[in-house]
Amino acid sequence: MAKLVIRRLIYMVPTMFAISVVTFLIIQLPPGDFLSTYIAELSSRGDAVDTRLVEALRERYGLNDPIYVQYYQWISHIVLQGDFGDSFLYRRPVADLIWNRLGLTIALAVATLLVSWAIAFPIGVYSAVKQHSAGDYAFTFIGFLGLATPNFLLALIFVWISFNYFGQSVGGLFSPEFADAAWNLGKVLDLLSHVWVPVLIIGMAGTASLIRVLRANLLDELRKPYVTTARAKGLPEWRIILKYPVRMALGPFISTAGWLLPSLIGGEVLVSIVIGLDTTGPLLVEALISQDMYLAGSFILILATLTVIGTLLSDLLLAWWDPRIRYAEG
Amino acid sequence: MRAGERAAEAGGAPAAQAGGAPGAPGGEVLVELRGLKTHFFTDEGTVRAVDGVDLEIRRGRTLCVVGESGCGKSITARSILQLVEAPGRVVDGRILLRRGGADGGPGEVVDLAGLKPGGKEIRSVRGKDIAMIFQEPMTSLSLVHTVGNQMVEAIRVHNDVGKREARERAVELLGMVNIPNPGRLVDSYPFQFSGGMRQRVMIAMALSCDPGLLIADEPTTALDVTTQAQIMELLKRLQRELGMAIMFITHDMGVVAEMADDVAIMYLGKVVEKGPVDDIFHDPKHPYTRALLESIPKIGHRRRERLRSIKGIVPDPANRPAGCVFHTRCDAFMPGRCDATVPPPVALGPDRQVRCLLYGGDGGPAPGAPDAQTAAPEPTPESSHGD
Ligand SMILES: Nc1ncnc2c1ncn2[C@@H]1O[C@H](COP(=O)(O)OP(=O)(O)OP(=O)(O)O)[C@@H](O)[C@H]1O
Ligand SMILES: [Mg+2]
Repeated sequence: MAKLVIRRLIYMVPTMFAISVVTFLIIQLPPGDFLSTYIAELSSRGDAVDTRLVEALRERYGLNDPIYVQYYQWISHIVLQGDFGDSFLYRRPVADLIWNRLGLTIALAVATLLVSWAIAFPIGVYSAVKQHSAGDYAFTFIGFLGLATPNFLLALIFVWISFNYFGQSVGGLFSPEFADAAWNLGKVLDLLSHVWVPVLIIGMAGTASLIRVLRANLLDELRKPYVTTARAKGLPEWRIILKYPVRMALGPFISTAGWLLPSLIGGEVLVSIVIGLDTTGPLLVEALISQDMYLAGSFILILATLTVIGTLLSDLLLAWWDPRIRYAEG
Repeated sequence: MRAGERAAEAGGAPAAQAGGAPGAPGGEVLVELRGLKTHFFTDEGTVRAVDGVDLEIRRGRTLCVVGESGCGKSITARSILQLVEAPGRVVDGRILLRRGGADGGPGEVVDLAGLKPGGKEIRSVRGKDIAMIFQEPMTSLSLVHTVGNQMVEAIRVHNDVGKREARERAVELLGMVNIPNPGRLVDSYPFQFSGGMRQRVMIAMALSCDPGLLIADEPTTALDVTTQAQIMELLKRLQRELGMAIMFITHDMGVVAEMADDVAIMYLGKVVEKGPVDDIFHDPKHPYTRALLESIPKIGHRRRERLRSIKGIVPDPANRPAGCVFHTRCDAFMPGRCDATVPPPVALGPDRQVRCLLYGGDGGPAPGAPDAQTAAPEPTPESSHGD
């Protein structure tokens, strides 16, 4: 197992390098460098352009150097000093802007993952074991609805319902009194009381697909000979199902941990805009629209890194869960 | 070892005559199937996979059930333990198990056919009175649980013992089936084992609660010839040591000669002929049995001659021929009789039975009966089951 962990960690290095190169290229994509954009904007507002400042920035980002030196400058600042560059939109260091939002995004992702698991597991098992029952059909129908409804639409419906019937506008993850407060127990509780709405909305499609995958896998596993062997031993049916086929069918659950983050970011953007969440999604969109490339690039870099880490964790979890992987690779 | 020697050897086993089938020699009947019918209710119609099977399994003896693929051997075996999966169901007949009689205590007779699949009563029989092993040792064990884990579980369902004690017993059982270094291998996973080793593990697990009957559903079919021979030797040794009955399912007549005390030949959900192994091999009656025997290679003579295979293919069980189910492929087909009358079981001796109109059964002896049977063919009392 230790060997497996080390090997996987080593595999991460080239992956991370590739991600950083791609991110850097994205930052470079808009025509001209970001300083020309900056200067153009300043002059359009009629402000005087401070050439000394411009020169200092050119120096700081190495804009006069060849591109690989620029890349080196950029990545070494990030890795060594945690300096992601400046947001030209907010005129603040990117690092000051993103950590709070990233924290929320990760909290939301983890909460969504746990809730999806908690809902999908019993329903998936039930639907497979009681295949063709009324309950199975009902869950299948609801599942299709869940898969087919875009979650921003669900968010809109939710906003409309709570405004129309409860007379309150939903939005944000915090009540107004906690929004700018420092973290304390009250704020955490406040977060918990708000977070379930976006969790359910964002997690719905994922939960529905988890149910379908678990059901299909479990149906396959239930027909395997080892289940008959367990029955022939005289074990009670539920104990058999939970110990053997469910265990085999759970692989995809564990893998979700890996692909959850990117799919969540994708699904979350619109939802967060609709119900006003201060997560990374809306800021990323904003940064891309206004070509605030250091901000956008930093988000992409960090989210990609988190995805790689998530995949690593889920691979390791899978190896722990399934001895065949452990022995094949250990 | 020739079939005859084998039968003679097993004949010496204790034959406590305690209420077996009337007049049945060679041991008390442990499990008795009477008119067993197991049907599958599919969208395309009812598949009569097992259609009125009568069988006796005697204590300490090996019954081989033989027949081509799809004739209902596995479903018969699974019906005994109520392991038939939907859309299949035991729809008729009795499966009588004699429990407890062996130790001199008062025996009871349980009708397993009447028990609810998955219910408490049948679960108390599974693994304890009757254990089962399967064809695919590769997939019959969970690959993500250790051998020890799966064996300890089998031991603890029926015995009130702690984990440690169960584990010691598991190691002991693994040693008994010749697993090398059982103390260490008990903690390995089945995917680290070869096919033959896995089948040994299955056998050890099946024997963990000292069952009176071991059902082995083609346990050697998936193995290479050498391993196959080893597993058969192992089963015979364990039977000598532990005295359990074995119901051995195979489609290989060579294996039958090696293993059987008694033989039942199945065709399309029915037992067409049954009897002691010597009688079946030396004096086969049913044209299907003869055809099966002609299809095994004989060492030594007529090496050049091609093996005869049975003409035609097994009809679709959902579309059974009228009359005798074998008449479409039979060399001795008698038009107007075989396609009209379902042959009732005809007793040829105390434990010898055949279902073929050549031996009577539809009134009047058959003119073209091969090797002129003198034994008056008369239907047994069970013949009322024959549809
Ligand atoms: N799930 C099922 N649904 C419908 N029919 C089935 C099902 N399982 C078995 N059968 C029917 O039961 C018949 C007998 O099957 P069984 O498995 O007992 O054959 P077998 O004699 O064991 O053959 P083999 O030598 O191939 O193992 C088959 O021909 C098939 O038509
Ligand atoms: Mg079979």
